[in-house]
Amino acid sequence: MSMLMLRPYTFVVVCLRRKSKPKVSNKEPSSSLIVALPLPTAAAQLRPAARYSRFQKLLLQQNTSMEAKTSEDHLEVQKMKKKVLRKQVRAQHTLMRHEGIQCVSHATQSLVIANAGLGNGMSRQQLLRILEEYGAMETLLMPPNKPYSFVKYRTTEEAKKAFNTLNGKEVTLEDCGQNIILYINFVEKVSLQNAAPASLPPGLMVIEKIISPEEEKRLLESIDWKGDEDTQNAQKTLKHRRVKHFGYEFRYDNNNVDKDKPLPGGLPEICKPFLEKCLKQGYIKHKPDQLTVNQYEPGQAGIPPHTDTHSAFEDEIISLSLGAEIVMDFKHPDGHTVAIMLPRCSLLVMTGESRYLWTHGITPRKYDVVQASELGQKVRTITADVGDLTLNRRETRTSFTFRKVRRSPCNCIYPSVCDSQKGQQRLVQPSFPQNEMEASKLEQEYVHKVYEEIATHFSSTRHSPWPRIVEFLRSLPTGSIVADIGCGNGKYLGINEDLYVVGCDRSKNLVDICGEKHFQAFVCDALSVPIRSGSCDACISIAVIHHFSTAERRLATIRELARLLRPGGTALIYVWAMEQEYKNQKSKYLKEKSGSKNKDKEMYTGTAQGPLNDQEPGYSSQDSAWSHQLLNDFKDESFRLPVHTNRTSFHSQDLLVPWHLKGGTKKKEGSADTVVVPSGSKELQELSPIFHRYYHVFCEGELEAVCRSLDCVRVQKSYYDQGNWCVILEKL
Amino acid sequence: MKLLTHNLLSSHVPGLRPGGGFPLRIEAAEVRERPVPFNAAFVSRLVPRLRWDALREAAESLGRPSELPPEPTPGYEADEEFLRRLHHVLLEVEVLEGSLQCPDSGRRFPISRGVPNLLLTEDEA
Repeated sequence: MSMLMLRPYTFVVVCLRRKSKPKVSNKEPSSSLIVALPLPTAAAQLRPAARYSRFQKLLLQQNTSMEAKTSEDHLEVQKMKKKVLRKQVRAQHTLMRHEGIQCVSHATQSLVIANAGLGNGMSRQQLLRILEEYGAMETLLMPPNKPYSFVKYRTTEEAKKAFNTLNGKEVTLEDCGQNIILYINFVEKVSLQNAAPASLPPGLMVIEKIISPEEEKRLLESIDWKGDEDTQNAQKTLKHRRVKHFGYEFRYDNNNVDKDKPLPGGLPEICKPFLEKCLKQGYIKHKPDQLTVNQYEPGQAGIPPHTDTHSAFEDEIISLSLGAEIVMDFKHPDGHTVAIMLPRCSLLVMTGESRYLWTHGITPRKYDVVQASELGQKVRTITADVGDLTLNRRETRTSFTFRKVRRSPCNCIYPSVCDSQKGQQRLVQPSFPQNEMEASKLEQEYVHKVYEEIATHFSSTRHSPWPRIVEFLRSLPTGSIVADIGCGNGKYLGINEDLYVVGCDRSKNLVDICGEKHFQAFVCDALSVPIRSGSCDACISIAVIHHFSTAERRLATIRELARLLRPGGTALIYVWAMEQEYKNQKSKYLKEKSGSKNKDKEMYTGTAQGPLNDQEPGYSSQDSAWSHQLLNDFKDESFRLPVHTNRTSFHSQDLLVPWHLKGGTKKKEGSADTVVVPSGSKELQELSPIFHRYYHVFCEGELEAVCRSLDCVRVQKSYYDQGNWCVILEKL
Repeated sequence: MKLLTHNLLSSHVPGLRPGGGFPLRIEAAEVRERPVPFNAAFVSRLVPRLRWDALREAAESLGRPSELPPEPTPGYEADEEFLRRLHHVLLEVEVLEGSLQCPDSGRRFPISRGVPNLLLTEDEA
């Protein structure tokens, strides 16, 4: 069953099989028993009820022409057919909803076969055998970890034949003996894009055939798993694997070693020639003094994703794979994963980014998805060719992992994941600005520079204009002159063609994006806008003022906004709200989140939608004491701006919000046959730096209060919109 | 940068006399004309908002002089020929490369790929 759990859903309906099995002959899975109906159209999918009744009618029509021996059999057949149809339609919906795969109602050359995927234990060889009975295939695509496959026959006739025969058919998976039922739908084409071949994580190497089979045998025999319990390097049986330590004992309670308690005997003699070889070949620079031997049985054994504790070991970590090959999964903090085949007798070398920043782990399973054409000894990343993937049964694998115990704190360039540098991180956080100069510096460092850096990625996450801002812009009369102060990528500049809208932003890179879209935009600071006074009919300032770090500066931006307006002109201002839950209305996102304990919280920050979309739900206006606390803190010179955890409630009005920069996926394939070295590692190293943006989130009433302190404007309207406080001002 | 945008811009170098810094002088290295759909009501609504002299001056600096009258003729709302000419000057002529110069301080601001950069340096601001 574990195979089926790879995806959050599965098409397999076990109860159907059990109930119907005695009544349906397996020898005759022919079209006489299987419903082959035109499939629902896309339009009909929107109205399942209507479509279903149509099917029922068709079913009945078919039934009358069928030769059923008794009325009981007849009923049974009908029931069975209905079930198949229901599951088939459900498979359609699941494919659409989860995978965006659109099934069609007419017969085509191509089929999507639910339940016959690598994700639920179907091997390429078995599926090929099943499918080739009905004709010549052009393509068979088996995406990794998916419970479905695509097949394209040379003719529609052949596809129809396969459809008629196989839809609803029960199949026994050769590899595990489990029964599954195939549900088939036609698709227009099998245009599944092959994932770009991923390159190895930077700093990672796999060296094939580093030892001979004889050496492998000797190494494996050298480990005495039954070793006596009295010795200090006693065997440890972890939950799903056997482990033995040499040199120093690795402690699983703190993921570190007792550096003052070396184990007697050091590393086994038998390893020494091998390590000498590694040093000589330049795979490592320092001689390891710690060895952990792991033995993984197929099936249950794996190792959860982890990064070796920075403070425990030096940079170079090497691991020998013995007895069997295995697929190891590497994951970057931004969620990007690379599965890498570690062949038997190969050496994995992790240094730099792959050692310090990426996690590695082995998913417990009986089969790995691998390249069918290269089964066996080939180092490569596994996500590549869906036309060439199959399952590979795991065997018992033993790994020898050599590390060098670290004697001084780690000073890697990944402080966010470094236990040695955790304590120092606070020191680099900026403190709350005490004067104009500091405020300007803070904004320069934590607003302007950041937006300049993240401009492209930021812009790519900003597509949808906010409805109430659109509404404001649409309400303005034809020929109005509007200034968007802090226009970002210009998503509001083209909303209403009857207006003349000019945008400006502090970030040149963002303004250049506006320019490319042929919008009128220029670079300037919101505190000093080079637009003549009184020339605008309206202004908008969306998600800008919360980036100014003192009350005076926030007031000054609104004064500057008002200066641009003619008398009677209006300004719409949006700022991020401290209160993300208002009038007992929890955000949609919060509702989705509750109940699911998600430890990968950080993974979501990369998709942060920024000031207007990545609203932090869950602020439960628990205590107004915050503000008092803050006031006191502000007086304290040592007050440092807290770094906010994305997707959690705000605990401070002034804070730094992380932005996880996505670098895209431009990867090149490592091409060498025996040694694969990372290519494009420079780009990868810059894959996901984290930037901090300064924010002052507004409390209820705060924005209005600032506006009221200006004599030249009147607050026409104020409201709360999706986690933002908003006002419309009128120039007097 | 269209000339209508130019008509709104004003130098903001600190220390200028009140109302100073307008209009910015255009030094154009590359000018482009790009057709924009004509909307008579739109253009005629813009007229009262314009600084007419500055617009004429800007048009002249781009080598498009005689197209605009010294001031908007009364009843211009119904004068389609006038509105079309104005439409062209305001919305269809764009400065792609060049600079804007503050008439008072002489400070130059670059225009590159149609985007003026009017950001002041830390020392200026």
